[in-house]
Amino acid sequence: MNEKIKHTEPLIRISKRDDLVWWKSWLVRVIAVVLALVLCSVIIILITGYNPIQVYLAMIRGSFGTNRKLWIMLQNLAMLLCISLAVTPAFKMRFWNIGAEGQVLVGGLATAAVMFYAKDSLPPFIMIITMLAASLAAGIIWAMIPAFFKAKWNTNETLFTLMMNYVATQLVSFFIMIWVPSGSSVMGIINQDSQAGWLPEIFGQKYLLNILIVAAVTIAMFIYLKYSKQGYEISVVGESENTAKYIGINVKKVILRTMGLSGAICGLAGFLLVSGTNHTITTTTAGGMGFTAIMVSWLGKFNAVIMVLTSFIIVFLQRGAGEIATKFNLNQSVADILTGIILFFIIGCEFFVNYKINFRTGHKEGK
Amino acid sequence: MSTAAIELKGITKRFGSVVANKNISLSVQNGEILSLLGENGSGKTTLMNMISGIYHPDEGQIFINGQEAVIASPHDAYDYKIGMIHQHFKLVDVFSAAENIVLGMNDGKKFNMNDVYARVSQICEKYGFEIDAHKKIYQMSVSEKQTVEIIKVLYRGADILILDEPTAVLTPQETQTLFKVLRRMRDDGKAIIIITHKLHEVLSISDRVSVLRRGEYVGTLRTADTNEIELTEMMVGKKISLNIERSEPHDIKDRLVVSNIQCNSREGVRLLDNVSFVARSGEILGIAGIAGSGQRELLEAIAGLQHIDSGSIIYNNPKTGVQDNLRDKTPIQIRDLGVRLSFVPEDRLGMGLVGNMDIVDNMMLRSYRHGKGIFLKRAEPKALADKIISDLQVVTPGTSTPVRRLSGGNVQKVLVGREIAAAPTVLMAAYPVRGLDINSSYTIYNLLNEQKEHGVAVIFVGEDLDVLIELCDRIMVIGGGRVTGIVDARNTTKEEIGLLMTKTDGGQTNE
Repeated sequence: MNEKIKHTEPLIRISKRDDLVWWKSWLVRVIAVVLALVLCSVIIILITGYNPIQVYLAMIRGSFGTNRKLWIMLQNLAMLLCISLAVTPAFKMRFWNIGAEGQVLVGGLATAAVMFYAKDSLPPFIMIITMLAASLAAGIIWAMIPAFFKAKWNTNETLFTLMMNYVATQLVSFFIMIWVPSGSSVMGIINQDSQAGWLPEIFGQKYLLNILIVAAVTIAMFIYLKYSKQGYEISVVGESENTAKYIGINVKKVILRTMGLSGAICGLAGFLLVSGTNHTITTTTAGGMGFTAIMVSWLGKFNAVIMVLTSFIIVFLQRGAGEIATKFNLNQSVADILTGIILFFIIGCEFFVNYKINFRTGHKEGK
Repeated sequence: MSTAAIELKGITKRFGSVVANKNISLSVQNGEILSLLGENGSGKTTLMNMISGIYHPDEGQIFINGQEAVIASPHDAYDYKIGMIHQHFKLVDVFSAAENIVLGMNDGKKFNMNDVYARVSQICEKYGFEIDAHKKIYQMSVSEKQTVEIIKVLYRGADILILDEPTAVLTPQETQTLFKVLRRMRDDGKAIIIITHKLHEVLSISDRVSVLRRGEYVGTLRTADTNEIELTEMMVGKKISLNIERSEPHDIKDRLVVSNIQCNSREGVRLLDNVSFVARSGEILGIAGIAGSGQRELLEAIAGLQHIDSGSIIYNNPKTGVQDNLRDKTPIQIRDLGVRLSFVPEDRLGMGLVGNMDIVDNMMLRSYRHGKGIFLKRAEPKALADKIISDLQVVTPGTSTPVRRLSGGNVQKVLVGREIAAAPTVLMAAYPVRGLDINSSYTIYNLLNEQKEHGVAVIFVGEDLDVLIELCDRIMVIGGGRVTGIVDARNTTKEEIGLLMTKTDGGQTNE
């Protein structure tokens, strides 16, 4: 044998591990959050010199500090959750719908259009129903176009849905230009005086109706995916298209139907944003939530109930970041760094839940 | 005793809580062929993957020519002159044989393709290979591809060769040719390890045989001193009888009449060419052929999953006496006609079952549409799952375990159990015992025989010719998408079937 060959065992090896007991996997996650907070503290001290405990308390106050902040947090949570619920059936089918942003936007645009043209000519109830129908239809159409091409010619849905986002943004700009003749390209509050087409306040809370609607959608989605025949078909198509064909599922139909549902809920989100929240439309009405929703959905493992928790984490971090940026007069980027670190640890710790690291143990003798 | 070419001492490998190899020690001398025998899942491939640098042992040592070796990557393995021929070939289709042989090699010298051809033909001459080094891989037959793989490791100077189930894809004739080459390499002083679970091959090729069972080392015997019965006992751990009880078919009726069907792939490649046959109730029709000769397409065409260009598939309904043409019908339409067609596809977890779903949800695949309403009813499939688990002795922690976590044999029991539960009149099974241990295999054979006795028309696509001959009533041989012959299984030989498998011109029926 060639004497020169001298190989050493690799220092680190990674191996898959079986399911951890539930409390151990949660322990890993808690440790990850603690470590993230420790690292953030170091960075806070190094960059700003503030007391990290103070900063963390401010973060919590960002979401829970006052009644108003609590409601805003819940409203943001509801909207993010709503869009996350929308993309979930598509993702479960392995249809990478990254076009939620655009689907929300066209839904909002349809709502705004009805509000703009109908003004206060319709009775309130009819008005709301018309707006809702228009926004659902817009969302469905926007989602069905890439689904149709996917089902018919197997086009790449990732690119297609992404491109549709840009079209939606341009469409909104276009209509704002038509609706606002002054050329300021700012829509302003629609129906400011008549409040026609505004979702009503209930129990004196502006956002409560939004939140209740999303709560209903959450429960419905959980049941739909887990207990309905259609939800079962979505799982089968997502897991294995071959199996779906083998048992006679019409795969094209399921793709179209599921994306239709996905688009409809995005349309609903657009409706809630325009009619129930902003009462106006801009090109940033969706505010990137269409993309954040993807993360929420994945982190929640496509389970509608767990997604309540994951969207809370995201919204909590965003609200907290905004709070410390203003309270401590920090650059927004510092806050973003901190939320980035925390998210990195939360997502990264899943690796340690699923894999085990083996270090070189030196010389090993068999019996 | 001279120094062993390769020696393993106390090798242990775990995957999570599963122990794939437990304290295994064995050795191979230069100029020797060692068979590594064991059922599927006994840890043969895992052990060999550690020698070829794909896995790293958790415990134990490997000695090459008496020196301790650490093999951390396939590249290290080449440095130790170890070459592995995998069950699934690792070749680039659009490259020629010679290009594949030198792919990834870098000895720092100037590269000259002519030298490569010269050395390849040298190797071929020395060991008796027949190969055209200029031919592209995609134009090659399976056995030619295997030859390229073997030359590839010899070209890299391997002295220790490991072959993982090399005969699984070969006809009996090709197997004989391979064995001739292996013997020459042995006589040239190479150390050869051949992984297999076919006993007669072990006996004909090897000098010694080492047996593994459930990851543990059972023992090593000199091949000359042992026999099939003893080896089976070592492999399985208990005495078992290896007889398939074939009953005489009775009450035979033509159930499925396939006439002149033609299928083309989307690219226009002919998949099935003028295929005609009859499947009869109360009979097992075997289908033999080299892998990829159109077996899958044929079954999928019958099941409504493959577009048919011409021809007809007539089903005689035993209840109504009506004749239906199944051509151009979807699986749902076929079922709506009252055709009780069950299909155990080759790809169990990719087609027959959903790996990530539990047993109950997999039972539901066939029946979830039943009943009104938009919600699933899990009570019935749950009862079916419990019944199959107890009837077929499926080893599982429970009905809510994802089926991908079950062993191959148990996965197959779940699938076959579900398909039989539908009380079929036609049962098609593609390679139903592939990867199964001996006990599970015989469970499946018995189930097929039971179905036959119940008057089901069984179509069985198999790869082990010995089993086909013992189990089936008639055997249809296909080659290149054509029927090359239909023979009576009671009066045929492996050699006759082997010849039909490689026959390329159209066939006549000699029943």
